[in-house]
Amino acid sequence: MQVPILKQGDNLIVTVQAALGDADLLQLRDHVVAQVGRFRSRGVIIDVTALDVMDSFATRTLRDISLMIRLRGAETVIVGIQPEVAFALVRLGMNLAGVATALDLEEGLAFLGTKRQDGRKA
Amino acid sequence: MTDDSSLSIHSGAAAAKSVAVEICVVIRSDADIVAARQSGRAQAIKLGFSLSDSTLIATAISELARNIVVYARQGEVLLRCVNSSERKGIVVIARDAGPGIADIKLALQDGFSTSRGLGLGLPGVRRLMDEFELESGNGKGTVVTVKKWLMR
Repeated sequence: MQVPILKQGDNLIVTVQAALGDADLLQLRDHVVAQVGRFRSRGVIIDVTALDVMDSFATRTLRDISLMIRLRGAETVIVGIQPEVAFALVRLGMNLAGVATALDLEEGLAFLGTKRQDGRKA
Repeated sequence: MTDDSSLSIHSGAAAAKSVAVEICVVIRSDADIVAARQSGRAQAIKLGFSLSDSTLIATAISELARNIVVYARQGEVLLRCVNSSERKGIVVIARDAGPGIADIKLALQDGFSTSRGLGLGLPGVRRLMDEFELESGNGKGTVVTVKKWLMR
């Protein structure tokens, strides 16, 4: 399962387009984390709008990706979690603590922009 | 997306007035986890469940199917759609002939993100559904039955 990764300026935009199996998720994790180094990206947006189910494995893997990318010096924001998916995650007891989320791609880009400005000020 | 060729569909002929559709998804790999939850979601929507409830059901199926792959390597998920004049809902039976769960009490203990519980995610699955039953024991395999009702 190929997940397209688009480079846009300092950011990478990862768009999940179909249901991912566990092996696909792990492959995506390794690929995205490697691409951050290849493109010297500062921000990563993972768009999960197309996912109609996110179970504990998917959630944990997204959290891993986000934390790994932070260790590589870049910020990740997960965008597009659907309302039903959010409901199921809350019921399941999963949380994405320490992981940035935003409503959609536009908000995600705005978030990364603000983060970078804060970084320069500091 | 769902590969229907891997599913066997039986119509329940037992009760004349209740129409029960049973779908059995064989679980052997992580691709089967996706197939099982997609099939469950489609059936739930067909029965009339809301998108939210159908997502809860699909998420529960995903968790149960993964436990089969991880702990028993293979098994099956049976989706039974109950649609009679008295009751309407979905029954999900996840069963395997794997090593079984020695300490059922521990497996049902809610650990959230702490290290309590067995990490099987069963307390989470319990919260997603209306009814939850677990039958297992050391070396006896595992059967988890969960149900969600639209009407009962």
